[in-house]
Amino acid sequence: MANKFLVAPAPHVHGSLSTSRLMADVVIALLPALAVSVRVFGWNVLAVTAVSIASCVLLEFLVQKFLFKGPLTINNLSAVVTGLLLAMNLPANIPLWIVVIGAIVAIGIAKMPFGGLGKNPFNPALAARVFLLIAYPAQMTSFPAPQIEGAADAFSGATPLAAAKAQMVTFAGDNLLEMFTGTIGGSFGEVSALALLLGFVYLLVRRVITWHIPVATLGTMALFGAIYALCALGGGMTTLYFPAFHLLAGGALLGSIFMATDYVTSPMTTKGMVIYGVGIGAITMCIRLWGAYPEGMSFAILIMNAMVPLINKYVKPKRFGAR
Amino acid sequence: MKTFPIGGVHPSDNKKWSKASAIEVMELPDVVNIPLSQHIGAPATAKVAKGDKVVVGQLLAEPTGFMSAAIHSPVSGTVTAVDMQPNGQGLRQMMITIKREGDEWDPSIDRSTKLVAECTLSQKEIVERIKAAGIVGMGGATFPTHVKLSIPEGKKAELLIINGVECEPYLTSDYRTMLERGELLVVGTRILMRAIGVEQAVIGVEANKPDAVKHLRQIIGTAGDIKVMMLKTQYPQGGEKQLIAAVMGREVPAPPALPIDVGAVVCNASTAVAVYEAVQKNKPLIERVVTVTGAEVKEPKNLLTRFGTPVSALIEKCGGLPEGDVRVLNGGPMMGRALCNLAMPIMKGCSGVTIISGEAAHRGVESACIKCAKCVEACPMGLEPYLLSKQARKKAWDAMEANDITSCIECGCCQYTCPANIPLLDYVRLGKQTVMGIIRARNAKK
Repeated sequence: MANKFLVAPAPHVHGSLSTSRLMADVVIALLPALAVSVRVFGWNVLAVTAVSIASCVLLEFLVQKFLFKGPLTINNLSAVVTGLLLAMNLPANIPLWIVVIGAIVAIGIAKMPFGGLGKNPFNPALAARVFLLIAYPAQMTSFPAPQIEGAADAFSGATPLAAAKAQMVTFAGDNLLEMFTGTIGGSFGEVSALALLLGFVYLLVRRVITWHIPVATLGTMALFGAIYALCALGGGMTTLYFPAFHLLAGGALLGSIFMATDYVTSPMTTKGMVIYGVGIGAITMCIRLWGAYPEGMSFAILIMNAMVPLINKYVKPKRFGAR
Repeated sequence: MKTFPIGGVHPSDNKKWSKASAIEVMELPDVVNIPLSQHIGAPATAKVAKGDKVVVGQLLAEPTGFMSAAIHSPVSGTVTAVDMQPNGQGLRQMMITIKREGDEWDPSIDRSTKLVAECTLSQKEIVERIKAAGIVGMGGATFPTHVKLSIPEGKKAELLIINGVECEPYLTSDYRTMLERGELLVVGTRILMRAIGVEQAVIGVEANKPDAVKHLRQIIGTAGDIKVMMLKTQYPQGGEKQLIAAVMGREVPAPPALPIDVGAVVCNASTAVAVYEAVQKNKPLIERVVTVTGAEVKEPKNLLTRFGTPVSALIEKCGGLPEGDVRVLNGGPMMGRALCNLAMPIMKGCSGVTIISGEAAHRGVESACIKCAKCVEACPMGLEPYLLSKQARKKAWDAMEANDITSCIECGCCQYTCPANIPLLDYVRLGKQTVMGIIRARNAKK
């Protein structure tokens, strides 16, 4: 009998999880939102997405092949996820060359110089988005009006948040439903709350992420918004409308479900995740209400990304048997 | 349904291959090798020499101190050697070799199958008999049972827990024992209750063995002293601390605390049967049920095997090794040890021989940690495997100690779940052993 005996320490079996499967699940969870974006903003959405993903993957490949000269790991799909998320944080009519610059920042500056997947302190897609926002403010904030018939044109060209900012706190409570299903302007991935929530449910069912970060983030935003409405806006129905508006507007859902939960840049314990989510929610609301930018999600996540090593150091899981 | 409070994984239990096979008696081997160390603690001291004639059940080696266990002859014949032999990992250890001649038993052993339910012995007498029979925990940890039953001064046992969980995938030896030797198990349980002076016992069984739960409940009937508790299937529920938490809702504190500190004494289901045989039938621990199983094993079986029988004989009995690359395990796939020497004799703690074959026998390729936190989520002890393994790679032993490495039960949940295929437990285990050594050295200096 010609047997080869393999010897290794236990465990001798492995579960079905793999990095590429987890990344593929994130891509699948983003597909509903992408589909709604195509319906709302047209085929340009796919062009932006394709260029973003292709540039990210190609750049990661080039860095691994010619700079790292190590194993090629683009098939773990992490660059695909970065590319997709970057695209979804851009306006649908952004010039494609800006998309390529975004990919260079994401992969070439925010990810690979730190050692590649698993080592980057900041979410690459968000770092790129913020870079573009500062470098190309005009192109990054001119959102196309939704193209479908019957869509509200109240905010054509501007996002609800930007409009609210310009007019100081006014907002239309009656377009909450449109914001929910997705017929209003904005970065194209943010357009439909319903599609993003569908993705959230998928990620939860597949156990890709836990509920802690999104729920802590959105819960904090809602609570913050309600208190603000109660104190500064005279209470009444506004106490309900105002938080709902903030949860549906801008990047709140895309950010809390898909960006803040990025494994590499979020805490390792459930307690830490809650602290991190509360921080993101609070900073986002501060920027939205009192900052110069209409939107604060990207900045809030990046700021809390910086806190993650500290959170991991001091927030430990409850040890079995500890009193 | 109850279960333990944190962590855990759900590997496919793969008990289907061997669960329907009734316990078969394994043929007696021509030669047996009996290691002097089949338990936690000091190796036993040999009491026989080359050329001695022995009978089944005769004492071969006596315990060396309190934390040790006696070893008896599983066959009758002539001692041909007392020397160093390679074990399953190929390392040499002290063994007694006996050439078998017939099957002649010590006449003081009651070999009838009549159930003797009555036990009027005192606590001390029961513990003495268990010690004399060389009984150790048969779930795999091989902790000497008489030590466990000797409740330290000032501590009090409140509940006896019989571990019929068998959470380790593939293995079915405890399951078959509960089904086929349930009456003996129940009497053994009552003897153990008497030995530690408790009125209540719980037999914990996972929900994937409903027939065993039903069968044991039938045997116990209306007697209120023993409860059979069905637990939610989740690995590593058979871990002593996890089982106590599932059954009693109490968490054993970090080492050096022991189960008795929360009022619990835990014994394995097969151990309870061995206790019955030792106390009621005067039969020492000389054989056990061993599951031989695997996806490509032709005839998976549960074999009642005398100690000292080589693993290779059991594999032959079950249709031989599958072709190609194999991992042959002493134990199950989560905590078993890979063998490179199939001459390894079956011992007290060997509940199964699992054969992993083909592609599954190979480890996956390690890739970068993506900090997904799955290992933290899976750890039933509330540790941070990603951090501990990183610290072990850096030899940061102090940091590992500060992060409670000594609480690790080496269940393997972290490595099982890791999507990047990082051999987390390899590093964690290395760190744990090193840190334990450092702690021992420090205590010795004091």
